Amino acid sequence: MSLIGRLAPQLIALVALVALVTAVFPGFLDISLSDGRLVGPVIDVLKRGAPVALLAVGMTLVIATRGIDLSVGATMAICGAVAAHAIASGWGLAAALALALGAGGLAGLWNGVLVAVVGIQPFVATLILMTMGRGIAQLITEGRILTFTDPGFAFFGSGNLLGLPVPAWLWLATGATVALLMRRSALGLLVEAIGVNRRASALAGVNATVLLIAVYVAAGVCAALAGIVVTADIRGADANNAGLWLELDAILAVVIGGNSLLGGRFSIAASLIGALIIQTIDTGILLAGYPSEYNLVIKAGLVLVILVLQSPRISARYRLWRDSRRLGREVRAAGGGRP
Amino acid sequence: MLLTIRSLSKTFPGTRALDAVDLDLRAGEVHALLGENGAGKSTLIKCLTGAYRRDAGTVTLDGARIDPASTREAQILGIGTVYQEVNLLANLTVAQNLMFGREPRRWGLIDSRAMRAEARALLAPYGLQIDVDRDLGSYSVAIRQIIAIARAVALSGKVLILDEPTASLDAAEVRMVFDVVRGLRARGLGIVFVSHFLDQVFDLCDRVTVLRNGRKVVTAHIAGLDRMQLIEHMLGRALEAGIHHDARADTSPQRPGLLRFDGIGRRGVLEPFDLAIGQGEVVGLAGLLGSGRTETAELMFGIRPSQSGRASDAAGPLDLSSPRAAIAAGFGFAPEDRKTEGIVGELSLRENIVLGLQARRGWARPLPRAEQNRLADDYIARLDIRTSGRDKPIGELSGGNQQKAVLARWLAMNPRFLILDEPTRGIDVGAHAEILRLIDKLTRSGMSVLLISSEIDELVAASDRVIVLRDRRHVAALEGPRVTGDEIMRAIALDGAAA
Repeated sequence: MSLIGRLAPQLIALVALVALVTAVFPGFLDISLSDGRLVGPVIDVLKRGAPVALLAVGMTLVIATRGIDLSVGATMAICGAVAAHAIASGWGLAAALALALGAGGLAGLWNGVLVAVVGIQPFVATLILMTMGRGIAQLITEGRILTFTDPGFAFFGSGNLLGLPVPAWLWLATGATVALLMRRSALGLLVEAIGVNRRASALAGVNATVLLIAVYVAAGVCAALAGIVVTADIRGADANNAGLWLELDAILAVVIGGNSLLGGRFSIAASLIGALIIQTIDTGILLAGYPSEYNLVIKAGLVLVILVLQSPRISARYRLWRDSRRLGREVRAAGGGRP
Repeated sequence: MLLTIRSLSKTFPGTRALDAVDLDLRAGEVHALLGENGAGKSTLIKCLTGAYRRDAGTVTLDGARIDPASTREAQILGIGTVYQEVNLLANLTVAQNLMFGREPRRWGLIDSRAMRAEARALLAPYGLQIDVDRDLGSYSVAIRQIIAIARAVALSGKVLILDEPTASLDAAEVRMVFDVVRGLRARGLGIVFVSHFLDQVFDLCDRVTVLRNGRKVVTAHIAGLDRMQLIEHMLGRALEAGIHHDARADTSPQRPGLLRFDGIGRRGVLEPFDLAIGQGEVVGLAGLLGSGRTETAELMFGIRPSQSGRASDAAGPLDLSSPRAAIAAGFGFAPEDRKTEGIVGELSLRENIVLGLQARRGWARPLPRAEQNRLADDYIARLDIRTSGRDKPIGELSGGNQQKAVLARWLAMNPRFLILDEPTRGIDVGAHAEILRLIDKLTRSGMSVLLISSEIDELVAASDRVIVLRDRRHVAALEGPRVTGDEIMRAIALDGAAA
């Protein structure tokens, strides 16, 4: 299947959603240039969507191996706390970034070892860090919201590059890098193989254990990037709220992207569009000016509609309907041609 | 007659699992149901217990025609089943398990006192005085097996089907379960006993029915049979009809040695064995189901690493501690269970063929797509894999074509030693012959093959040497003119005689 063919359902959903939001809030597509920065609701979606989009990149790989990672929200909090602590302690920007990414990698290693070596089910294995992670983050921040003023670090949250917000560049670059790495090397094939049939793959010589650990490490590093973005954005590490429930949005983004929770074939681009869909809903509800208590219900309703329309049963019906109409047209055309 | 089955047939897409099978079960007998893999034993049982609906034929229980649509219905009609893996709930108490689904009630609530009393009463005839309030999981497998039997008898009470009930029991536990079964026989139940342990069949059963390839071969009294005859029925060849292997009979081939396995074994899996394999040699492994054939392959390929001995080639010792290590040593293994261990169903035929090669090259050196296409097209042509294209998901191909694709995966890696576990199981006759021709061609080019098969004629036709296994031990090695069906059958049947 071509890339556009694979992404068609997600792209259609996104376009329909944008049309819907524009109908309710006519200024949604307005973009203007101010101070060398593009501004507008759409740019805001690209920026605000960064944490979920970054998490979705790693989550796509984990889900492709038939796993799940519930700990990425907590990992964001840990990495944010580590970065803020490093900045506040005056260790410098490079050290802060390196330590935060390292902490994310370590969190992923922990999950990966529990899943691949110890053999705990991914749901339970990552639940452990999900529970523990915010505690670790609180220990690092000593229970406070650790604030800092470092323009260099804040750049990753609110900076601007060539007109676009830095967080938007970050997820675009991460998504493109990981997707290229998967498809230009053999990693994509091997990850899909262990997701479909780990035993058969291992018997064919695929190093399933190392690969499984690697995808959880990748998810941890993606969570670290997301943690850096939110920490830099608010110039402070909030151990309690940074990344709270974002693991669920990330899983949702992957699912909206049409990736099966049973593992196997995956598309990072589709997951990223899924993340954009979620953020468009969030931003759209805010802009439409509904009372905030409606937000979650409307969001859930829209997600439900998108998932139902994508479900195999509905899409099979649609194809049947389309084919029968085409057949009908051809029959009519053939009939009309007769004297 | 308690249970009468006439002309029972069941067809699955592509296979006729049962073909007009007759069976009579008397009240007060233990009736063994025997057959190799794919003979139709489990299909027959599932048709009786309502797990499958039969396509044709009649089943009469106590004079009434029955056609259970569910296991629940079969239980109510009087047919209870106990499986090898006890299908009870280990985290509930013994009493809860025994009374599950029919708990005594008082004012709508479960009356636990009455439940305990009934449970104890149920177990009393089996001489089992245990605490019915303890979790089932805290008892041994044998006790659980007896509790499962007690539950099945209490629920159903006419026919009891025991599907390999002793497979995970030790000798003392087997005696315990058999005492219970004999007690039930005395009470007039009809018992169907499925097992591949022939000793137990001779020990316990009154009559035996042998199935092969979905047909009934014979029903006979155990008393009038010897092991040899029984095995002949199961494997489907009479001694006289042996096809003699004359091609290699007089030439005792002197092949350069390739691999040596000295004292490789694993506790509870396979007794240590020695085996030397020559270059271009085909070594066949013969034996009944459960004799240790697949286990031999698993030890050699590092799936269950050996706990003793060592493997070596001319250059020195080999590391066979994992499949990856074995692959690095130039081994390949096409497993018996294609679906769960061979193919990666959702991926394409092409990806399945290149998977092993790609895994060996490492993730950083992807095979270029053009090279993948060339390899896939090459093997699709060479092995005559029938597909509408190389990018078709392999799960959509037929069994024989899936098997060829798994073979292609290994051939693409050019191993020096290829282990084939039942390479022709479940594939059509044409593909069967092709795979045997392929083995011959490969060995001519110097590859060594370990061929595991339950078809003796196949072993005789393809092997230079045949190792016979019994009860998880290598018991005989037949070479040259002794590689005949008769010799193999004798070695399978007789203790020590052919060793």
